[in-house]
Amino acid sequence: MGYVAVKGGTEAIENATDLVEFYRVRDQTSPVQLQQLQAQFRLAIDKIMGEGSFYAPEYGALALKQVEGDGLEAAFILRAFRATLSRKYYSAILDTKSMFVQRRISSSFRDIPGGQVLGPTRDYTQRLIDTRLVDETNEHIRAFLAGFASRIDAATPGEVTTFGKVVDILRAQGLLKEVRPEDRRVVDITREAVKFPAPRSARLQMLARAETGGIMALGYSSMRGHGGVHPTVGELRVGLVDVKVTDPAGRNRYIGRIRVTEAEMITEAQTAGKEAVPYYAIGYGLCFGQNETKAICMGILDRALRTEGNRAPANDQEFVLYHTDGIEAMGFTSHLKLPHYVTFQSGLSNLREAVDRERAAKKDQGQSSTAEPEPPEQPAVVFAENPDLTG
Amino acid sequence: MIAFQKFNTQFNFAFIDESTKREIRRKLLKAICIPGYQVPYSSPEMPIARGWGTGGLHVTLSLIGRQDVFKIIDQGSDASVNACNLRDFVRRTTDCRTTFDTREATLIQSRHRITEETLSEHQILVFQVPQPEPLRGVERYERKTREMHGEADYAKMWVSLYESYVKYGDIMEGAGYPVKVNERYIMSPSPIPRWDVPNLNHSQCLFLFGAGREKRLYAVPPHTTVTPLEFEDVRFRTEKFPGIRCAMSGAEGAFMDELYGEDTTSRHVVNDSDFLDKLLANDEPPRWENPYLREVLDGLDG
Repeated sequence: MGYVAVKGGTEAIENATDLVEFYRVRDQTSPVQLQQLQAQFRLAIDKIMGEGSFYAPEYGALALKQVEGDGLEAAFILRAFRATLSRKYYSAILDTKSMFVQRRISSSFRDIPGGQVLGPTRDYTQRLIDTRLVDETNEHIRAFLAGFASRIDAATPGEVTTFGKVVDILRAQGLLKEVRPEDRRVVDITREAVKFPAPRSARLQMLARAETGGIMALGYSSMRGHGGVHPTVGELRVGLVDVKVTDPAGRNRYIGRIRVTEAEMITEAQTAGKEAVPYYAIGYGLCFGQNETKAICMGILDRALRTEGNRAPANDQEFVLYHTDGIEAMGFTSHLKLPHYVTFQSGLSNLREAVDRERAAKKDQGQSSTAEPEPPEQPAVVFAENPDLTG
Repeated sequence: MIAFQKFNTQFNFAFIDESTKREIRRKLLKAICIPGYQVPYSSPEMPIARGWGTGGLHVTLSLIGRQDVFKIIDQGSDASVNACNLRDFVRRTTDCRTTFDTREATLIQSRHRITEETLSEHQILVFQVPQPEPLRGVERYERKTREMHGEADYAKMWVSLYESYVKYGDIMEGAGYPVKVNERYIMSPSPIPRWDVPNLNHSQCLFLFGAGREKRLYAVPPHTTVTPLEFEDVRFRTEKFPGIRCAMSGAEGAFMDELYGEDTTSRHVVNDSDFLDKLLANDEPPRWENPYLREVLDGLDG
């Protein structure tokens, strides 16, 4: 019976695949259009592109549709697809100073050159569930857009401008300091396995691909006292930046624009013993799309990972970088659903022999002295002590 | 071949692009040259979840050619759901012939078992490895375990085995029992049961290990010495199935699955599904030769 149940795997998979597809479409609602997802699920797709490390909003929308809105699964699909594409170029360093800014704030100063630009944000809304959206129609959307357009004076467009960096003010005053000398090699974590200690380029790449919730948890832990980073948002900006590559003829080519979120977190540098001045240092975060939580936590962790010693999880390179990749963490977590009966049998065999030994030993004791009531056995301990090498 | 009609994407033969395949093959050669040493590699994402055999797939797909006959087993079974899914993936991306028959396979991918049937010099067995680092249980940092391997500093490992003996009266390592390869590197033999570990020693076939999530490859070449860690007076031993017969074939002396029915009574069947099929067809294939199995089989004769 058990053996027969294990056979027939192919048929079981086909049925399960059909069933999950049935669950997606059984209510026969109109198919969700990719354009709709791209437009109305912008932030979900930004997250998916970041974690999937593949900037392609239409593919992000497709993946999101395919998996019924599971962001982690969608990011996984993008990553797997991305891995089949050959890398033709490395881009030039993005110049975020020339970003077309859609939002930029600093919490370090009340006013900053160029001003605070709130841009599109829900930060200051009341999180009341909006029941008006239940019956939203095209008319509602048109009416809103008409009202919105009437507030804009199209005849005299504002000047397009770029904004200087807030942190440059501190830098000019000599208040910023490098945390400590850094390994400045640029590695490509998609082409080689990371080795520890990892250079900062590898750390930032891994954090930029990390799962938002994962780095939020660790970034938060460091703010609450486990790792001691007390950050201030030097500057957070969201906007479009040009991507350029050098073609084989050596010419600089503009290949398009991507939306990114950039966070520069100001923290106290840990200066060496003799230096009494608590200079500031920057923690840097940058991710695809508009994902401010991720950029901020990346900035916190960038800084926390440059702290000497592993005083807390957030200071520990291997702890942070190995465990925040959502695709790897999700894969390994869900692999627990695979059968493990061979590996389990091997442990079981050990445990049974250990229990037999214990019983035999008790029996010997019982013969030589007055028998005491047997304490309950605790076989689970044996598994807990085993190094976890089963998979 | 898999193709996205809408976006018109064609995937390469065996899915992985040729330059990455070449990189994986180079790393495999290094792994074969330094038996038991873990070689870091790129480990690109696959359309299979991390932890579900991506490392094995990297090895399989970078080696497979159009003439290969592919077999895949999961915990001993050809028909286990994940084996079915990976077999389908390999077949769709290569058009290679697949088989359940251990004898005719040229390339076998396995999750956590070596076949009961012996393998020849014409065959490669590829293991899917969840955790390649045998020292992880005693040292959590990769940076330090690499140093320990470099210096052959295995004291912590030996102490942990000794502690296990002191606490529980035996070495309690189950599947993935640590072995020493070519008298140099301590290696985690994927987690195969101890029953299979002696078959790694001086085999005819090539064993390759792929740990995708951890981005490591390693190998046990043919005719290489592989010894389980043991003390002079506390020896390695394999799983015991005393007096247990397979409920389907009546056979003894193979690794058994323990099955429970509705009434919670247990029965056993031979774990290796192809081996069981052959036993049921009265076509018992040649077995591995190792002293542990010999002792079990001799015990049956007496």
